[in-house]
Amino acid sequence: MSFLLTCPNCGVREVTDFGFGGEISARPAPHPSFRELNTYNYFRRNTAGVQREWWFHRSGCRAWFIAERNTSTHEVLFTALPGEAEGAGGPGAGPDAGPGAGSEPTGADPGAAI
Amino acid sequence: MSRLPEQPGERIHRHKLISFTFDGKKVEAYEGDTVGSALYAAGQRTFSRSFKYHRRRGLLCCAGQCPNCIVAVDGAPGARACVEPVREGMRVEHLNAKPSLEFDVMRATDLAGGPFTPPGFYYKTFIKPRRLWPLYENVLRNAAGLGKLRERQADREWRTEYRRRHADILVVGGGAAGLSAASAAAELGADVVLVDDGVEPGGRGLLDGAERTRLAGLTAEARAAGVEILSGASALGYFDGLVPVWQGDTLHQVRARRHVFATGTIEQPLVFAGNDLPGVMLAGGARRLASLYSVLPGHRAVLATTSDRGLRSAIALRELGVQIVAVADLRPNPGPVADTVRALGIEVLAGHTVIEASGRKQVAGAVLAPVGHRGNGQSGERAFGCDLVLVSGGAMPATSLLLQAGAQTRYDEAIGHFMIESVPDGIYAAGEVAGAESAEHIEHSGALAGLRAAHVLGLGDERSREREQQTEARIAEAAQRLPGVAVPEPVSGAGRGKCFACLCEDVTSKDVSLSIDEGYDSIELAKRYTTVTMGPCQGRMCQVPSVRLMAQETGQSLAAVGTTTARPPWVSVPMGVLGGRPYEPAKRSAIHGRHRELRANVKWAGDWRRAYDYGDPEGEALAVHQAAGLIDVSTLGKLLVRGPHAGEFLDRLYPNRFANLAPGRIRYGVISSDAGRIVDDGTICRVDEDTFYVTTTSSGAGAVEEWFSWWLADWGLDVHLTDVTQGLAAVNLAGPRAREILSRLTDLDCGGEGFKYLDAKQAAVAGVECLILRIGFVGELGYEIHFPSAHGEHVWDALIAAGEEFGIRPFGLEPQRILRLQKMHILIGQDTDSESTPFGAAMPWIVKLDKEEDFIGKWALEHYAKETPAVSLVGFTTANGHVPTEGAVVVDAGGAPAGLITSARRSPVLNQVIGLAWVPSQLAAEGTTITISDEGQTFSAQIQTRPFYDPDGEVLRS
Repeated sequence: MSFLLTCPNCGVREVTDFGFGGEISARPAPHPSFRELNTYNYFRRNTAGVQREWWFHRSGCRAWFIAERNTSTHEVLFTALPGEAEGAGGPGAGPDAGPGAGSEPTGADPGAAI
Repeated sequence: MSRLPEQPGERIHRHKLISFTFDGKKVEAYEGDTVGSALYAAGQRTFSRSFKYHRRRGLLCCAGQCPNCIVAVDGAPGARACVEPVREGMRVEHLNAKPSLEFDVMRATDLAGGPFTPPGFYYKTFIKPRRLWPLYENVLRNAAGLGKLRERQADREWRTEYRRRHADILVVGGGAAGLSAASAAAELGADVVLVDDGVEPGGRGLLDGAERTRLAGLTAEARAAGVEILSGASALGYFDGLVPVWQGDTLHQVRARRHVFATGTIEQPLVFAGNDLPGVMLAGGARRLASLYSVLPGHRAVLATTSDRGLRSAIALRELGVQIVAVADLRPNPGPVADTVRALGIEVLAGHTVIEASGRKQVAGAVLAPVGHRGNGQSGERAFGCDLVLVSGGAMPATSLLLQAGAQTRYDEAIGHFMIESVPDGIYAAGEVAGAESAEHIEHSGALAGLRAAHVLGLGDERSREREQQTEARIAEAAQRLPGVAVPEPVSGAGRGKCFACLCEDVTSKDVSLSIDEGYDSIELAKRYTTVTMGPCQGRMCQVPSVRLMAQETGQSLAAVGTTTARPPWVSVPMGVLGGRPYEPAKRSAIHGRHRELRANVKWAGDWRRAYDYGDPEGEALAVHQAAGLIDVSTLGKLLVRGPHAGEFLDRLYPNRFANLAPGRIRYGVISSDAGRIVDDGTICRVDEDTFYVTTTSSGAGAVEEWFSWWLADWGLDVHLTDVTQGLAAVNLAGPRAREILSRLTDLDCGGEGFKYLDAKQAAVAGVECLILRIGFVGELGYEIHFPSAHGEHVWDALIAAGEEFGIRPFGLEPQRILRLQKMHILIGQDTDSESTPFGAAMPWIVKLDKEEDFIGKWALEHYAKETPAVSLVGFTTANGHVPTEGAVVVDAGGAPAGLITSARRSPVLNQVIGLAWVPSQLAAEGTTITISDEGQTFSAQIQTRPFYDPDGEVLRS
């Protein structure tokens, strides 16, 4: 995988500068059943085509933003900060589109935890 | 050194002598020589021993394409002698032959082992008896492979810099087509990078006097147009538009908007008996040796060719002094160039090919016969004495990079090769790789690709578009000429000796047939089974021959057989080049210098270099109990969460409450994921109404900041997040005398009433404004003092000085681990894993399911709250003084694994072995006896659920 991504703050960068947050998925309604919750946590649509996804400018400004990308061609249709995206007819990371479906902070190295 | 007379265009500088060693013997060379040319000039004919049969192999391609001359240079295996420039004093050694290149005992595999070493022989021959496999493996490991890597690169001299280069157009290949493409595009204003693997651009044309002048002109034009030319550089692959280019000590990561591949063709060998004997050389290879390095490749040569390319090489070699004894032209009607050869008095046998090269150590003779000749000793065979067999088996387009970029090929029956049929948008094929043959056609094809690429990028004008049309028309004319080539039969002279389809892996034509008989009848399967095309040449010499063999054996067309998938790397590349610069970033706290002065035992802890202990971990731990200790905890993650919604924000992130935390108070928090698993922990202090100071684990700092900012980006609360991990240093002053010590350095009321457990105060300590948290990770009265990093050593020094009379000691990570274990304070990642929930980790009290706000993990924890966790984290003590290994197993009554020891230490203050373990919940009750199995030893332990030290926290709160 290799392509360029435009950070809304910093501009065009190699994709290796960024962390991938996965596809944007709607959070389940409150108090989901175990099955609904596990589906949310562990299942992905895995779209072959255009999807909206979270990206993190890890080696840059450390901002989270939203990209619309074709997963088959790596063509990036647009990127925007979540707040700015809606007006632009953009990703609409509304209240339902939660980050981190099933994700969690990267694991701790046992030797390093105090 | 025997050399030809000086000639124009030669690459050697005869006034500059260089010497190097080959297997310890001194070799003389000229500057500009390659290791291969110098050795050949010195009479060396055997350059390596083959992979499996340890047969002699000599120079074949002289262009860095084949495996035959791979040597070790200064201990590093994998260099190709024929393209490795000579350097004064370099140490060159052969590979894969013991004890020497001249006498190799493993040659026995060729003489005797033929029937015993078919494809996959190590699975077939060495499978029984099973118990001997370790022995077999050892022997095979030693026998196989091409050289040994250096055990260590102590000096780590191999350093590669990455360079990112963004360009409009990348041109791969610096022959006539590539140069024309680059110039055409650059002249229209495109930013063009051209990559060429030669010492200078020009490609194959450099071998020819008249061509050389023209190519020098094209190179000058390209430079004048502003093309960045990377010489001696190899494009390794095509990765979604990113092309890594290896050039010496630099790995250029070239990202261009358009790509022109002008990668040319690769002259093919022929498959016949003894086709691997030293002295069998590609016609172009021999010509390179003679023209560029003025080395006579042989005295008497026989040529077998499928096209004019071989004939032209023969004519050139004859001019340089090689006697051409006979020419076998595979074409029934060879055409005008053959007439030229005949006019020189050379016998040309039309419709003939070479069926055998003979000789013991090198070629002594060759047998020519009509194409299609079968059997042995029949009429039609012609034997010639010679010391050189030149072969030119066709021109395979070097399509690998194009295929990686998404191009499609189609088998062309007239040419006998897979030709480019289509390319995706943004990719252009130019020159010989695209099927161009004449010099004119090649150059136009390059120019057209350059013009098209530039035009697509919006460059150019009326005139350039006109030029594009004219060039198209000229190409259409040139392309109408019929190719004058013969397609060779898959193998000639079968039955007269080993006929190698693949030189890298020693795969004979018979091996390919056998693998088909055994059912590996698709090219991808046969490749994996016989390993044909998987060696260092990456199919350059063996792809087409093996496809032809397979088509013949299976009765399929070549189009049906197809080719194997093209994959990077296209060029052999040391792993170190891809690895880049040896780079181990280390974080050090602002106080690190003091730890070094105190001769701390410094170890890695994640990215940090930390004081593990100061030589006496148990003594340091005891000092904390008896007087006071000071530990550097600057590595803690530190986040400032500020804003009107800060409390709500934390309430949504943590299972417990923070919005109701009073300013100046502290609360412990555990972060859980949406799956209800523990991901990090730390203390949260409310500094004022709008400001929270959050600490995280040392290794979790980055991830927690990422996590917080992710949710903040989504929720859009009025909160500002600042990571102050690097900006602030922190020390923990702990022990019964801590209060007295701190009081010496601050005006703050440090009394038990004025500064209670879990209070946070802002005050000057030793003149530095600090945030002081009264918490007790180590279980004694303690103050965690946070302050600007710049004052790290000053505050540390002041505390040590003030504590001297009380017996303060610095303590490291290891004593801290003992101390916290005594309190059953967990370490995230040590005592928890990706499955641990707060319920299992004995912290149900931290989960506030009745909180108004939904928090991350609540939904999962609601489910888990209804059931007893399968496993629970508990403390244990052992009676026998044995400290179990962390990771030792808790076993059930039947001896089956049921749990896990996560932490264990000897507690010096309790004089007891203590630990934490995950055990089945039915075994988790206080006082239960469990059985631990640790590296063969079995012993019992008693469960303890309350802290081992100060279970009621009286010391802590004092």
